[in-house]
Amino acid sequence: MMRGLKKWRLFGLAAALMAFLAACGEEQISTLQPAGQVAEDQFDLLLLSTGVMVFVIIVVSIIYVLAIIKFRRKKVGEDVIPEQVEGSKRLEFIWTAIPIAIVLFLAVPTVAVTYQLADVDDMGVVDAEGTPASVTVDVTAKLYWWEFAYPDLGIVTAQELVVPTDEPVYFNLTAADVKHSFWVPSIGGKTDANTDGVNTFYLTFDEESADLEDGVFYGKCAELCGPSHALMDFKVKALDEAEFQAWVAAMQESTGEAEGELAQEGQELFEQSCIACHATSGAGTTGGIAPNLATFGDRNRIAGYLPHSEENLKKWISEPQEYKPGNLMPDPGSLPGREGEAFSEEELDALAAYLFGLTVEDDM
Amino acid sequence: MSSTAQAQKKGFGATLWDYLTTVDHKKIAILYLVSGGFFFVVGGIEAMLIRIQLAVPANDFVSAGVYNQIMTMHGTTMIFLAAMPLLFAFMNAVVPLQIGARDVAFPFLNSLGFWLFFFGGVFLNLSWFLGGAPDAGWTSYASLAIASGGHGVDFYALGLQISGAGTLIAGINFLVTIINMRAPGMTYMRMPMFTWTTFIASALILFAFPPLTVGLFFLILDRMFFANFFAVEMGGNTIIWEHLFWIFGHPEVYILVLPAFGIFSEIFAIFSRKRLFGYSALVFATILIGFYGFMVWAHHMFTTGLGATANAIFAVATMAIAVPTGVKIFNWLLTIWGGNISFSTPMLYALGFIPSFVAGGVTGVMQAVAPLDYQLHDSYFIVAHFHYVIVGGVVLALLGGLHLYWPKMFGTMLSEKLGKITFALFFFGFHATFFIQHFLGLLGMPRRVYTFVGDQGWDLYNLISSVGAAFMALGVITLVINIIMTSVKNERVGNDPWEDGRTLEWAIPSPPPFYNFKQTPLVRGLDTYWIEKMEGNPEGMTYAEPIGDIHMPNNSIIPFIMSAGLFVAAFGALYFIDGDKAWPLPVLALGLLITLGSMAARSLKDDLGYHIHKEDLLKEGGQPGGH
Amino acid sequence: MDINKQYSAQTWPDHPETATLEGKNKFVGFWLFLGGETVLFATLFATYLALKDKGPSGMEITASQLFELPLVFIMTMLLLTSSLTSVYAMFHMRSYNFRAMQAWMAVTVLLGAAFLGFEIYEFNHYVHEFGFTYGHSAFSSAFYTLVGTHGLHVAIGLGWFILLMIRNAKRGLNLYNASKFYTISLYWHFIDVVWVFIFTVVYLMGVVG
Ligand SMILES: [Cu+2]
Ligand SMILES: [Cu+2]
Repeated sequence: MMRGLKKWRLFGLAAALMAFLAACGEEQISTLQPAGQVAEDQFDLLLLSTGVMVFVIIVVSIIYVLAIIKFRRKKVGEDVIPEQVEGSKRLEFIWTAIPIAIVLFLAVPTVAVTYQLADVDDMGVVDAEGTPASVTVDVTAKLYWWEFAYPDLGIVTAQELVVPTDEPVYFNLTAADVKHSFWVPSIGGKTDANTDGVNTFYLTFDEESADLEDGVFYGKCAELCGPSHALMDFKVKALDEAEFQAWVAAMQESTGEAEGELAQEGQELFEQSCIACHATSGAGTTGGIAPNLATFGDRNRIAGYLPHSEENLKKWISEPQEYKPGNLMPDPGSLPGREGEAFSEEELDALAAYLFGLTVEDDM
Repeated sequence: MSSTAQAQKKGFGATLWDYLTTVDHKKIAILYLVSGGFFFVVGGIEAMLIRIQLAVPANDFVSAGVYNQIMTMHGTTMIFLAAMPLLFAFMNAVVPLQIGARDVAFPFLNSLGFWLFFFGGVFLNLSWFLGGAPDAGWTSYASLAIASGGHGVDFYALGLQISGAGTLIAGINFLVTIINMRAPGMTYMRMPMFTWTTFIASALILFAFPPLTVGLFFLILDRMFFANFFAVEMGGNTIIWEHLFWIFGHPEVYILVLPAFGIFSEIFAIFSRKRLFGYSALVFATILIGFYGFMVWAHHMFTTGLGATANAIFAVATMAIAVPTGVKIFNWLLTIWGGNISFSTPMLYALGFIPSFVAGGVTGVMQAVAPLDYQLHDSYFIVAHFHYVIVGGVVLALLGGLHLYWPKMFGTMLSEKLGKITFALFFFGFHATFFIQHFLGLLGMPRRVYTFVGDQGWDLYNLISSVGAAFMALGVITLVINIIMTSVKNERVGNDPWEDGRTLEWAIPSPPPFYNFKQTPLVRGLDTYWIEKMEGNPEGMTYAEPIGDIHMPNNSIIPFIMSAGLFVAAFGALYFIDGDKAWPLPVLALGLLITLGSMAARSLKDDLGYHIHKEDLLKEGGQPGGH
Repeated sequence: MDINKQYSAQTWPDHPETATLEGKNKFVGFWLFLGGETVLFATLFATYLALKDKGPSGMEITASQLFELPLVFIMTMLLLTSSLTSVYAMFHMRSYNFRAMQAWMAVTVLLGAAFLGFEIYEFNHYVHEFGFTYGHSAFSSAFYTLVGTHGLHVAIGLGWFILLMIRNAKRGLNLYNASKFYTISLYWHFIDVVWVFIFTVVYLMGVVG
C-alpha cells in the first residue's frame, strides 16, 4: 500500500534534499539506500515526513527572519515603546488548526504502515504437502554474537544470516542473556531481542548481496548490551532462490571434517579444546553455547568485525578479551586439555587451516 | 544592605556555615547554581572524552568498558545533576520574587531538597573512585543493569534515589509556594510565564518521579536484596523497567524544557519591549503539554514489541504534542513581531533557541512515525534529536537565563562582549556537533558504540562532530572567564539593569535584601512592574500593606545532617551485597539513625522563626524598596 | 504566630489546622505529597498485577492457595477502626479538647500496632508454611514489596503519632502543632485507603483467582 506514496518522491524539496542524501552512505548499511520492501516503506515515510517538516521549517524561518530584520532596535528606534498587543484569536486559531491538519495527514500512513509491518499472518503457513511456504529464522542474540536457526530446514548458523531474495522471510527473535536489538539498516528497521519473550517480524530482501562491495549487507546490534556492544555486528547474505536451496542442502550435509594434513591436525586440536562449545556441522538446532562454525570459511569477518584473514583469526583465538572485551570465549590456557598453556604458532596455523576449510559455499 | 555584602564581611568559616545552614531561597539558588554548574562541567568533560574517542574509527583513547561508564555518566549527570539543578537555581532565585513572596512555602524543605540532590550527586560520582562508574546507560535497561558487574549500577540506583527525593521535595515546595504565597492581586492569569512553567514542571515532578523511585527500588532490591522483579528465569519481567523508566522519562523531558520555555518567554518579552503575544494561549499550551506528557511514554519503546495497536496509539498521541508546542513557537515569533528587538546576550540565546528547537521538534515528529522510528531508534539520529531538544532547548535557556538573571542574583553584570563570544562559539559548536549526527544515524550508525569500524561511510561525519564539540567547550571556557572577570570587577548594578524588566523581580534591588520585599506588593496586572513604570511610578510598586514586622525562618543545619545520613546509609546498602564484610549493615543502620534522629530532633523542637522589626526596616532603607 | 497565646474552646478557630500560613502551606503540601504517594502505590499495584503468580517454571504456589481471608479480614477491620478513631481524635482537636484527642490517638496507635503485628505474623506464616520467601519468585517479590511498603507506611505512621503525642504532652494544643496533628491523621486515612485497595486487589481478587 505504500507504493501509492511513491508519488511523494516527486515532492519538490524533499526530492532535492534526498537526492543529495541518497548519494551519501554505503549501500550495504545505509537506510537511505533501501534494498528491501520494509526499508523502502520506511524510506518513503522518511521522505514524506521530511517534506512536511521542511515545509514547517520554511514557514517558521520566513516569519523569524522578517521579524528580526524589521523589528531590530536600530531600525525601530532606541526609545520606541511598541504597542503591547495582547494576542489574536484568529491567528491562534490558524496556528492551532494547521498543525492539527499536518498531524492528521502524517497519522494516516503512520498507522497503516505500522499495522502492515506487523503482519506476520503468513508465517509458518504450509502448502498441501506440509512444506512451509516461506523461510522462518529463529534469531537468538547472545553476548556478543548472533545465532540463526532454520527450524524447518534443520540447520543452524551464526554471525552470517543467509536468506532467499524476493520473498518475505519471517523471524522469531529473542535474547539469551541481556537485551539486544536486531538491525539491518538497508533492509528494515530494528526489532528488540528481549530476554522476556519472542518478537516476530518479517523482512524482504530485494537485492542479491553478491552485488555489494563485500558481498554482504551489514547488520548491527542496536541496544547497549555491554562493553563489546559496538562490535556485535553480523552480516547478511541474500541469495536467489536456487542458490539459497543449494546453500541449505550444503548446510544439511556439512560435517565439519577437515581436508589436508595441517587442517586435520587443526581438527584434532579443535576436538580437544573447542568442540565443547562450538559445533562444526550445519545440521542442528538452536541453543549453541558458542557460534556454530560450519560456515566459518565462507565468512566475511573474524569475530564479527575484523577482516577475514588467518592472521586476525590467530590473534582473536589467542586473546579473545583483547579483541572483544567482555565476551565469553575463554583464553586458550583455560580450554579443556590446555592446562594453562596458550596455543603455539604451529597450533594456531593448524587451527586456522582447519577453520578456514570449514565451508559450505564451495559445495554449492 | 545586600546579603552578599554582608557575607563578604564575614570570614570564610562563617560564610561556609551560613551556606550550610541557609534556608533563604536566594542563597539556595546560588548553591544550586554552583553545584549544578560543577556537574555541568563534569558532564561536559565526559562529553569531550566521548567525542575524542569517536573522532576517528577504531580509536583506542579509552577502552570499551570505560567508554560505557563515561557515556552512562554523561547522560545521568547532565540530566539529573546539571540540567535540573540549574533550572532549580533559577526557579529559586526568581519565582518567589516574581510572585511577590518573601520566601518559598517551606524554607527548611528547600534546603533539604538541595542537600539531598547534592549528596546524591556526590555519591553517584564517587563511583569513579570506588571501583567504576555505572555502565548500563542513563536508561539502565534492566537485563543489562542486573548483569552489570561491580558496583557501578548500585551507585546509579542509590545516588539517583537520594537526589530524586530532593527533586520531589523541591517540586512540592514550588507547587505550594505558587499556590499559597502569591502577593495580593497576583491571580493565576497574571503570573509571569516562568512562574507558570515552574508550576507545571513541578506538578510533572510530583507525578513522574514516583515511578522512577519505584523502578530504582526494584533495581536495588533485585541487585542487593534477592528480589526477582527483573529476573526472567524467576518469573520476572524486564519490560516493567522500560515502562517505569519512560513513564518517568518522557515527562522528565518536559520537566526540563517547560522551565526553559519560561525563561525564553521572559527574555522575548523583555528584549522586544513587548508583552507576550497570546499569554493565555501560552499558559494553556503549557498545561496541555504537561498533561500529554504522561500519555506518550511508549514512543521510546516502539521497537520493544508492544504490538501494532499500542505502537499506533502512542504514535498518534505523540504527534498530537506537536500542536501545543507549535502554538508556543508561533506565539514567541509574534511576540518579537512588532517589538523593538535588542540583541543582548540573553536575547541571542532566545533567538538561537527558535531554529534549534524547531529542528529538534520536527525530528521528534519524524520519530513519532512508528515504522520510521524502527530505523531511527537507538541510532545516532535519536542522539542528534534529543541533543537538539536538550541543548537547543534547555542548555540555551540555562545560558541565556544565566546572563539574564546574573545581575539579579549577584548584583553585577556579565560582560556583554564575552557573552556574545560565548554564544557564537557555543551555538556554532552545537550545530556542528549534532546536525551531522542525524545523517550518521540514517547511514546506519547505532548509538552507544565505543568505537566504529572505518569505511562504513561515517568517518568524516564523526570527525566533524568532534570538532564541533571542541567549539562548545571553548564557549564554556569563555563563559567561565567572563564570570571570573565580572566577579573581580564587581561593578554594582541597580534594580532593573536590563532597563526593560517587566515583572516584580526587577522592581527590587539586585541582589534583593534577604527579606525580599519590605512591603508586600499589590499586583495590578500581567507584567505589573511594567505597568507601574509606564504610569511613571518611581517606586515601581504599589504596596498591599504598610511597613511592618517581617517574619523570617531560622537557619538550620539539620537538612545537611539528614542528607549526610542517607549518604552514609547508601554506602552500607551498596556494600551489603558483597557479603564478605562486617561493616555494611552497621553503617546502613548508623546512616538511617542519623537521618531519623535529626528528623526527630527537628520535630521535637518548636521552630518559630524570628521577626525583623519595623524600626530596623525603616532605619535600614530610607525609602521603601530602595537601596 | 504567637505560640503562647491561650485559647479556650470558644476562641479556638474552627479549622485550626489552616489558621496560619504555615498551616495552610502544610495542608496543601501534604495533599500534594499524597498525590505523589498515590502514583507510587499505583506503580506497585501495576507491577504486582503483572507479576502475580509468576515464578520459575514449575512454581506451584499461587495467590489462591496462599491467602486466607479471615486473617486479612481481621486486619482490615483493625485498620478501618483505627481510621475511625483518628477521626475522633481530630474531632476533639477541633473542639480544643487536648486530653480526649491524645486518648483517641493512643487508641489509634494500639489498633495500628495490632494490625502490624498481624501482618508480621502473616508474612512469617507464608515463609515458614510455604517457603514463600522474598526471593522465592517474581510473585513473592512483588507481593512483599507492595504489602510491605504499605506496612512500612503504617510503621512510620505509628512512630509519627507517638512522637507527636510525646512532644506535645506538655505543650498542649496550639496553632503551631494543630496542623501537625491534622497531617498525621490525613496520612493515616491515606494508609487506610491504600489498604482497602490491597485488600481488594491482592487478597479478594487473589482468592477468587
Ligand atoms: Cu548490543
Ligand atoms: Cu518521550
